Amino acid sequence: MSREKTDFWVGLFVLLGAVALVFLALRAGNLSSFSFAPTYSLVAKFDNIGGLKVRAPVKSAGVVVGRVAAIEFDDQDFRASVRLDIEQGYEFPADSSAKILTSGLLGEQYVGLEPGGDDRNFAAGDEIRYTQSAIVLENLISQFLYGMADRQGSAPAQGAPGGQGQAPAR
Amino acid sequence: MRPYDAIARLGAAVRSRITSLGVFTRFFFQLLARSGIAVSRPRLVSQQVHFVGNHSLLIIAVSGMFVGFVLGLQGYYTLNRYGAEESLGLLVALSLTRELGPVVTALLFAGRAGTSLTAEIGLMKAGEQLSAMEVMAVDPLRRVLVPRFWAGVIAMPVLAAVFSMVGILGGWAVGVPLIGIDPGSFWSQMQDGVDVWNDVANGVIKSVVFGVTVTLIALYQGWYARPTPEGVSRATTRTVVSGSLAILGLDFVLTALMFGNG
Repeated sequence: MSREKTDFWVGLFVLLGAVALVFLALRAGNLSSFSFAPTYSLVAKFDNIGGLKVRAPVKSAGVVVGRVAAIEFDDQDFRASVRLDIEQGYEFPADSSAKILTSGLLGEQYVGLEPGGDDRNFAAGDEIRYTQSAIVLENLISQFLYGMADRQGSAPAQGAPGGQGQAPAR
Repeated sequence: MRPYDAIARLGAAVRSRITSLGVFTRFFFQLLARSGIAVSRPRLVSQQVHFVGNHSLLIIAVSGMFVGFVLGLQGYYTLNRYGAEESLGLLVALSLTRELGPVVTALLFAGRAGTSLTAEIGLMKAGEQLSAMEVMAVDPLRRVLVPRFWAGVIAMPVLAAVFSMVGILGGWAVGVPLIGIDPGSFWSQMQDGVDVWNDVANGVIKSVVFGVTVTLIALYQGWYARPTPEGVSRATTRTVVSGSLAILGLDFVLTALMFGNG
């Protein structure tokens, strides 16, 4: 085969590989959800970030408005400091709140932004003051058990009239 | 005397294995050291990419298509039991990009391109072409082996990507037109769950590592083959066998490294 033809077929081969890679990255993977739009940063501090990972989505009303850029530990107030990159077009009132939510029942965690009612909007670099941490299953279970034990402990005292001179419930 | 002989033979066998591993490593570094020719004479590499890559394209694409079909069918039957058949796209894409794409392509590559490389080098050795080159002060390692090495390293990721793409399309073909899964959920679940860096890129890294391994083994077996017809045939067999074992072993190590800690 002449050199020109070989070069052509090899070029076509490499091109096919590039097309396959692009297909895998865009159509099969999640690269198309990366936006190259300009962003501004906000910081949110959480007591517990649960399973939140870098590049997790930031959603408001269910629509992706940004990404988690970095997660660090602040050793001044012992909370997690999460930096969020929000797309330039979206402005949020300065008293908006950030929650860590789970998509579906067992899905990955993301940051939900709920708009507040303030007139002013966040400026770049502002801190989101109102945050709610991720739900940690163990804490939930211990709360539930504590609540159950509490209710059982006070149930006999409720049926007594007046409540004077009664023996304290065990 | 019999136990003594057996132990002595065992010792000699272990030593010879370790020695060949050393020869193999030295061979690898010799190829790397002479790799300048891949940059100064890229046409040699490009011709070998045609030989090794283009000619393997048909078997890789057809195999990818059938693997995709089977993944679609088997995946559907199993997922249907749990009412999760919408996730078929995710299943097919993850299986292919993470594991089947690099591994099956490497196995097929070892069988098709690896054996042809070994046979070619072995026959050049048997026909004394390599010695003739040395007599003409042309370094056969540089002129013959280095372009083939880099051609294998370039061709493998390309072939693995083509395999994965064709496989995903094959899974789609079985899932959506044939079985009737909703195409929207097929693609959206896949796009949601397949991460470009953790899944696709790791698959590409694996295919590069496999490419280096398989091509190196093929060239090594050809270079050190006994220059007889029987020697060449044994060398090609060893290429496939040790190449396949190396691929599967490396796949385990790479998977543990990449996906082990989530």
